[in-house]
Amino acid sequence: MSAKIRLATVWLDGCSGCHMSMLDMDERLLDIADKIELVSSPLMDVKGFPENIDLTIIEGAITNEEDLHKVLGFRKNTKLLMALGDCAVTSNVPGMRNTFSIDELRSRAYIENASAEQQMPDAVVPPLLSRTRPIHEVVNVDIYVPGCPPHADIIFYAISELLAGRMPDPAQMGKFG
Amino acid sequence: MNETNQIITFKINDLDVSAAAGQTILDVAREHGIGIPTLCFLKGLTPIGACRLCLVEIKGQSKLLPACVTRAAEGMEVITHSPRLQEYRKTIIELLFAERNHVCAVCVSNNHCELQDKARALGVTHIRVPYRYPRLQVDASHMRFSADHNRCILCARCVRVCDEIEGAHTWDVMGRGIDCRVITDMNQPWGSSDTCTSCGKCVHVCPTGTLTEKGVAAAEMKKRGQFLPYLTAMRGTKS
Ligand code: SF4
Ligand code: SF4
Ligand code: SF4
Ligand code: FES
Repeated sequence: MSAKIRLATVWLDGCSGCHMSMLDMDERLLDIADKIELVSSPLMDVKGFPENIDLTIIEGAITNEEDLHKVLGFRKNTKLLMALGDCAVTSNVPGMRNTFSIDELRSRAYIENASAEQQMPDAVVPPLLSRTRPIHEVVNVDIYVPGCPPHADIIFYAISELLAGRMPDPAQMGKFG
Repeated sequence: MNETNQIITFKINDLDVSAAAGQTILDVAREHGIGIPTLCFLKGLTPIGACRLCLVEIKGQSKLLPACVTRAAEGMEVITHSPRLQEYRKTIIELLFAERNHVCAVCVSNNHCELQDKARALGVTHIRVPYRYPRLQVDASHMRFSADHNRCILCARCVRVCDEIEGAHTWDVMGRGIDCRVITDMNQPWGSSDTCTSCGKCVHVCPTGTLTEKGVAAAEMKKRGQFLPYLTAMRGTKS
């Protein structure tokens, strides 16, 4: 086997369920572990963007400026990008806010539903984008794995194919929801 | 000439088939186990050719024709599957997803939805057209049922079953293009409808999570559309 595949996993606006589903690959993680070098993930404390990533797996939709910054940065530094799960692929539940204006949302979250300290945050919280977007509406996506969350078997299949140098068959990718 | 006795011979995907005059391409294809994807079509209701998923190619014609409403004709050569048709069918499904707000993960029809099934069968892994995110209503005014317009694909099965089978004609279609909606009576809340008999037929023929029974949680709404062929068969024997 040649050099290890440099893998990054990213967590944007999602519930972490897709990362949990990756962990649900259980002992198969060990097979994968031999073939990869994990260069960035929510489980690690890595600042900025590692260079020369082979595969970046993104969970979650793009909702705020921080998500946007991350998605642009990883796309620039990765060969292949996988949108993992419905939030990344369709915007899913995070996208349900898209039928409301940002003012309506902010006022609902920080004023109407706040029992104390009713005020709009102006620092720390990254500003919301006008809409929550699926990854492919912003950057090019190479592999789509829908599902909420995608089944561990499907994730294992997709990653195994990529490790073997093949593109996974879209017909094996399961369904939305 | 007696139309019903006339036999037509034609080809579907190089298979020689015969049909009674008046039979649609879809009808004959299904008799021969050839699967053409459909959404608005439902056996027992008048076909209307609304969704265009069943489009097929006819050799020598540049126009694609919907198999559910196109009658078989002598010598016709029908192609039901090709890269071009596959591409159109995928796009139709994608447009349906983009037009309303489908969030399968929290939908009562998750895992029991014909739109979701079609997407999977056609290998739709993402939606290539921009989502519209329209702001739409949920009508929960009926005592037993609710209508979530975020999930409607405008197949008009509800309209047809209520009119043709139940005879109530509660449902209808209003507006054009992106403003098109199914409505109850004169666009009034379903619960205040004077015509609805609360029979539930529309709920059970609706292919999506639009029309549902109340009190079901995500992924719990299983439709029971089996009554329809039975009812139409019974009526057929009477007349
Ligand atoms: S109606 Fe079907 S496609 Fe739409 S959200 Fe519900 S399960 Fe998904
Ligand atoms: S419940 Fe029956 S009568 Fe009422 S709208 Fe539906 S099909 Fe028509
Ligand atoms: S409510 Fe259901 S049956 Fe009626 S048009 Fe919409 S999707 Fe079709
Ligand atoms: S099934 Fe033929 S147009 Fe919908």
